[in-house]
Amino acid sequence: MKSPYPRWFYLPAALVYAVLFVVPTFASFYFSLTRWTIFESHFIGLDNFVTFFQEPALVKGFVNTLIYGIVTSGLKVVLGLGLAVLLTGRIAARGYLRSVVFFPVLVSTIGVGLTFTVLMNPERGLINQALGTVGVDGPGWLTDPAYALLSVALVDVWKGVGLATLIFIAGIVSIPQEYFEAARTDGASAWDMFRNITLPLARPATVTVVILSLIGGLRSFDLIWAMTRGGPGFTSDVVASVIYKQYQAGFAGLSTAGNVVLFVIVTAIVLPLSRFLNRKEVEL
Amino acid sequence: MNGRRNWVLSIVAIVVSAVVFLVPFAFIVLMAGKDRAQASLLDFSWPHQLQFVRNFIDVVEARDYMLIIAYINSTVLTVASVAGMVVLAAMVAFVLQRRPGRWGGFINFLVLAGLIVPPAVVPTIWVLKGTGTFGTMPGLILVEIAFGLSFCVLLFRAFIATIPRELDEAAVIDGAGPLRLFFRVIFPLLRSVIITAVVVQSVTVFNDFVNPLYFLPGDPTVQLTLYNFAGQYTSEYNLLFMNILLITVPPLVMFLFFNRRIVAGMTAGAIKG
Repeated sequence: MKSPYPRWFYLPAALVYAVLFVVPTFASFYFSLTRWTIFESHFIGLDNFVTFFQEPALVKGFVNTLIYGIVTSGLKVVLGLGLAVLLTGRIAARGYLRSVVFFPVLVSTIGVGLTFTVLMNPERGLINQALGTVGVDGPGWLTDPAYALLSVALVDVWKGVGLATLIFIAGIVSIPQEYFEAARTDGASAWDMFRNITLPLARPATVTVVILSLIGGLRSFDLIWAMTRGGPGFTSDVVASVIYKQYQAGFAGLSTAGNVVLFVIVTAIVLPLSRFLNRKEVEL
Repeated sequence: MNGRRNWVLSIVAIVVSAVVFLVPFAFIVLMAGKDRAQASLLDFSWPHQLQFVRNFIDVVEARDYMLIIAYINSTVLTVASVAGMVVLAAMVAFVLQRRPGRWGGFINFLVLAGLIVPPAVVPTIWVLKGTGTFGTMPGLILVEIAFGLSFCVLLFRAFIATIPRELDEAAVIDGAGPLRLFFRVIFPLLRSVIITAVVVQSVTVFNDFVNPLYFLPGDPTVQLTLYNFAGQYTSEYNLLFMNILLITVPPLVMFLFFNRRIVAGMTAGAIKG
């Protein structure tokens, strides 16, 4: 008798996925070793990668990608957890607060980026105007090479912290109330409970937030492109924006080498990390 | 125990959240209603004369109604790709959950790879060119489907695990073939999780900037109009912000109607890693 679960159900999805995702991924390993114009390719060995790690602009992109990924993901974990504890605690207007923190997640990244570009204008922008009224001389958020990347990272956190918060809330809500009641009976303080109950038992949520925001942060392109286009100069370039710039300049091989570098960064960080984090599951 | 509320903390939280999260949106709305001269001051102020309607008309008419074309393109893209990925992913998830077999491990690996691996951009263009679909809407739709499948498969597989197998058996005994079993029995039962997937993925595809930028040059989607206007409107911030306001409306509507669904979809997997 034939199975009611035929394998050909995989076929349509497999076809689309293979042609537009698997094939390009494998092709990228080959084309990254070539000088390529999309029509013609010449095998040149590892030259693209040598260029990638010698050209200061490209090395900067590599370093910035790591900084951006770690900063955004770290801040999302800390702020998301803080907000989640706040929003599951004794506080009024929870529904409003959750909505207002979460809504930016759904808004167009380009729209958010352009809005904050205006808000961060060094002379006329609202942020520096507001800082000026309390006597602080705000920096050129996006025009100063020392701050540009971090400013974009902060906007990324502003936009994405709502998702981290929701994931933490789901994790905290799933902790049985009995633990808190027992701890309270034993005279535990709020900090004790956070440290010894919430933190360890919300661990799956923490793992999810770390992994999701690292994957997103390392691959991030649109916000950076909308706000600085990698500038001033190339000081806020990341690998994803280098890929686009090299593609536009016609260096398809170098662009694809950038893709392979990004692939290696993401898998080399995310896979071991998720294995490590998932292994240290708490014993109940 | 949760009865006593901490009012001081509540008020601080409400004020801070308003400053941090509402002011930028208020800024967008105010800017969208200003005249050109006042908008170029970039300050947070009430418009001297409200001209929402005029700015709206100006933005719609700009560049031969580019925004209208972009809205049509984005709608076609979103509807077609989300419909495609939901149906294809549900078929995969169904067989994958019911009959993991020899292929199960490999397919799970592919699904996870789809979430982690950054798409190889230029080789994708190369494939699209090779199949004659580069720069065409069908090509971009298929790309969006390929990139969205993984999320949908994970969401559906978890839900299908909760549908009892007895239901399948009953349908088979009644003479249903695989197609009938899936489309008439299982698919309708997925309704709630399908709504979640549709809402989350619609917002994702509608807001997508990178894929249209690479794979559909020349034909604008709404995110690209914004990007193009940003270059053109360096002196017309009122129109730029009217445009931002207009493309924020669809996600806002989704949020107002499907808040719970979106939250359910996006936090799926938070409890069991």
